[in-house]
Amino acid sequence: MYRETEIIKEPSGNDPVDSGDMIINIGPQHPATHGVLHLVITLNGETIKKVEPHLGYIHRSIEKMCESLSYRQFIYITSRMDYLSSHINNHGCALCVEKALQLEVPPRAQVVRVLMDELTRIASHTLWWGAMAMDVGALTPFFLAFREREMINDIMEETCGARLTMNYTVPGGVMVDLHPEFQRKVKDFIAHFKSKIDEYDELVTDNVIFKNRTVNVGLISKEDAISYGVTGPSARASGVSCDIRKLYPYAVYDKLQFEEIIETAGDSFARYVVRMKEMRQSLSIVEQLIDNIPEGDFQAKTKAVLKLPKGEFYTRVETARGEFGVYIVSEGGTTPYRIKFRSPGFSNLSALDHIARGSKIGDLVAIMGTLDFVIPDIDR
Amino acid sequence: MNNEQIKIAIADLLPSAIIEESSEWLTIHIESVDWLPLAEKLRNTAELYFDYLFCLTCVDWKSHLTMVYHLTSTFHRHTLVVKSKLDRDDARIETVTMIWRTAEFHEREVYELFGVNFLHHPDLRLLILPDGWEGKYPLRKDFEDPVNIIKL
Repeated sequence: MYRETEIIKEPSGNDPVDSGDMIINIGPQHPATHGVLHLVITLNGETIKKVEPHLGYIHRSIEKMCESLSYRQFIYITSRMDYLSSHINNHGCALCVEKALQLEVPPRAQVVRVLMDELTRIASHTLWWGAMAMDVGALTPFFLAFREREMINDIMEETCGARLTMNYTVPGGVMVDLHPEFQRKVKDFIAHFKSKIDEYDELVTDNVIFKNRTVNVGLISKEDAISYGVTGPSARASGVSCDIRKLYPYAVYDKLQFEEIIETAGDSFARYVVRMKEMRQSLSIVEQLIDNIPEGDFQAKTKAVLKLPKGEFYTRVETARGEFGVYIVSEGGTTPYRIKFRSPGFSNLSALDHIARGSKIGDLVAIMGTLDFVIPDIDR
Repeated sequence: MNNEQIKIAIADLLPSAIIEESSEWLTIHIESVDWLPLAEKLRNTAELYFDYLFCLTCVDWKSHLTMVYHLTSTFHRHTLVVKSKLDRDDARIETVTMIWRTAEFHEREVYELFGVNFLHHPDLRLLILPDGWEGKYPLRKDFEDPVNIIKL
């Protein structure tokens, strides 16, 4: 048995500094970091020798806060981590509480949750698509992406009462029933988006300049992706089968027809292609479910104050960025003793140095764009 | 491998490990000095092949700290949880950065939030917290910060 990743020979803080090396800062405020991420980059000419992320500009210590919140309250904070997958974060937390309480979620709530999850995923991927194209120099896609995302946000606003931090999921189901107009609006969106996604491909995917910027840029092998804990579309582009919806199905995902998109190239373009194809898969899931929402309760009957039994509970869900894990340690009280959120962005970021070493400084933007960082998810 | 087979393999690798099955996944409790040699074997034995460390964290139990490692194999699809008790005043354990590269960032996070010293870590510095936070460990239960924490 061999070890794939190279052994770190010396502490990276003490790397020998060549006289030709230059250290530059990207961020904390830089358009390409999509938030407050600070990268200290060691360059030799145009070649990247080292990327060192400095985090914490929006660290709120969410894990500590959760220790003083009840099992109903803490779910709302998790919307503020990966704000583009807020519904999926909420879903993961609710699943963990339900697992501990052995609570049966009504079928209607399960379907509604999955519908919302997939709409969230489409919204997140469209925003990523626009921002990614903007990073590499195409401004138009950003406006097109926002046009489609706006439709989803409107649907969310009508049903959940909020456009970004939905807080729609509660332990045992969802907070309120669907808006009467929900099905019609979602069907309108499906029809609209189907024509637009082909336009996306025409505009960017087959563009020669875009391909020059992304093909063979930012390579990561399958073994390294696993070792670095990279998950989600970024890992699937390297050939890692890691879709939690397929591997450990939750809610109604085991009854749905959809494919896990896997590419093997492991470069920025492969990561791009995986997300583009995932949008079509999510759309197909929404199509399968929108006419088949079961009637019945949208929430199971629960006690006003939730008390989890003593023990440890772990659930994972697939957010738009990868595997989101919730680890609750309960002492039997009304608040968690300890909560750990395994956020996908944090692990994906740890691979950035490995991916970017040896690339040109101009490629860093394309690499970061396709890794799809959401900074509050990294800092927590 | 199913849990029974993993149990036999673990008993073979480290007879002193205490095996517990009360939670969802097979859990083993080990001494912190046994961690590095065991981790290498868990990663490099073909039948076990735990190549993916999906969660690394620490829990403060007031009397001691417990490191919790969640491991899974992307090939065999089995999962194992490894726990190790650490002394609260002198918390130290070997790093596993060389085995699972994702541990580098996760260990830095645990170092600054819990004050666990990871021996032979390549770059053990503050990651999230600003400079000057050494010596105060926010996720420990006895951490007090009257300015920034509002008690509910």
